Amino acid sequence: MSPTARIERDNAWPEISFEERIGTAEFRIHEKAHITVNGDSCRGCTTRECVVACPANLFVPTSDGGILFNYENCFECGTCYLVCNKEGAISWTYPEGGYGIVFHRT
Amino acid sequence: MTAPAHDFDADIIVVGAGPAGSCAAIAAARAGKSVVLVERGPFPGSKNMYGGVVYPRILDELIPSWWETMPVQRWVVKRSTMLLSDTGALNVDFRANAWGAPPYNGATAYRPDFDNWLANHAVEAGARLVCSTTVTGLLRDSTGRIQGVSTDRPDGDLRAPIVIACDGVNSFLAKESGLYPHTDASNFTLGVKETLALPKHVIDERFGVRDNQGVDIEILGGTSGVNGGGFIYTNLDTVALGVVLKLPKLAAQQKRPEQIIAELKRHPAVAPLIEGAEVKEYSAHVIPEAGLEMMPTMVADGMLVAGDAAALCLAAGIWLEGVNFAMASGMYAGQAAAEAITKNDVSSRGLSGYTDRLEKTFVLRDHKKLRKVPHLVLSDRVQHKYPAFVAGVVERVFRVDNPHPKPGVRRIVREERKKAGIGLLDLLRDGWTGMRGFG
Repeated sequence: MSPTARIERDNAWPEISFEERIGTAEFRIHEKAHITVNGDSCRGCTTRECVVACPANLFVPTSDGGILFNYENCFECGTCYLVCNKEGAISWTYPEGGYGIVFHRT
Repeated sequence: MTAPAHDFDADIIVVGAGPAGSCAAIAAARAGKSVVLVERGPFPGSKNMYGGVVYPRILDELIPSWWETMPVQRWVVKRSTMLLSDTGALNVDFRANAWGAPPYNGATAYRPDFDNWLANHAVEAGARLVCSTTVTGLLRDSTGRIQGVSTDRPDGDLRAPIVIACDGVNSFLAKESGLYPHTDASNFTLGVKETLALPKHVIDERFGVRDNQGVDIEILGGTSGVNGGGFIYTNLDTVALGVVLKLPKLAAQQKRPEQIIAELKRHPAVAPLIEGAEVKEYSAHVIPEAGLEMMPTMVADGMLVAGDAAALCLAAGIWLEGVNFAMASGMYAGQAAAEAITKNDVSSRGLSGYTDRLEKTFVLRDHKKLRKVPHLVLSDRVQHKYPAFVAGVVERVFRVDNPHPKPGVRRIVREERKKAGIGLLDLLRDGWTGMRGFG
């Protein structure tokens, strides 16, 4: 591979914004969060597996070393609690019946 | 249909109206038992996502001539395995036009369509389908015996002597009952995919098919160094393109799943296939990938586990199957549950007809035969070294380097093996494991 091709590929970013991407999926949002994140556990966490692995990009590091979490656009896949190394940091359940992700062409 | 014992709402509660749950409900209802099929989504299939191909042969038993009514996108007539190096690709293609006619082989289908269709068969068989209802736990009597499930509906307890857990890869019921003691992230992969819109005639031209013929492409390499694989499946006027990524490997590097997809889409062997396509739907789901190694206990007193909840997904390289294992295990669970009700023994012994059927059929026999393959396919050498090695060999075999004469193939293999950093012993060992593994 030529050096330029290598650079282009390493800087590869999705061709649509993440907001547009998530906007293609239907979420019926319930007012009650189905996942809760324990801020104290996250503050001491250096590995932060959830931040890179969550396909919905719901875990965002904050400047004070914590994690900002948003349940609304969740695919309900389970990746976050499976990759998390901190016992009890992520409490995970399914949303109320009828709410959450609704797939159509999957 | 017999009425359930007086303090029960049904003979059998099936949790989850995916392929496992609906087949369990069809089998049990046809055996004359009263069945409630509970689904947390607003309709069956609304929570479900997969790569894109279903092999419905097992439905011959429950729905003869299923192909006449099944909601199909395309019938798969071409199967390709693609090995990607950084810029090269080796494609192994097989075409069988006969698969495009009855009795067919595999088909692409959207899960919301397919799962809904299957659940309707359960309803026609007499099962009661309850959607938009999340099961929150197991009900037990004072002696600990399972008595049904609690739900998030007001007064939502559903009582029955048998619960069949078809509640998917995250199965809270299997975990709660202690059948699934540990959830090691290394047993799971994350699947993410884009449903990409393209006009039908463009798909036909680019993939070399007509009418409702479809293509199934499995990809090794091209996942940005994260152990896993890729896939491309043709629907009627969309293409499903995605990657599966081993969870701990994904979590231990810096590229996000959608960036890994974006890189795959830019690969010179992939880009021309999907150029100009618009993302219609982005989706994600976790896959139980480790086969036999991770399977829970399938039977307890008053409870059976089927489908993804029982880790019945076959991820063996050239075979990537899940829906057929779900449908079969669900059907066997439904049959065994019905038998247990008839003989009035819902203990694990009374329900053992389930594991007998799993052991005797492809459900566990395929998994036993191929038990070493999932691990081999996701191993570092197969993932990171072999695609470049194989592509390198083929490139040199076909490169005409005149005035130099053609080098011998043995020399090319030796040189490319060394360039890829693969030890001879490792290569032989993996080859041996592969030959034995594929039996």
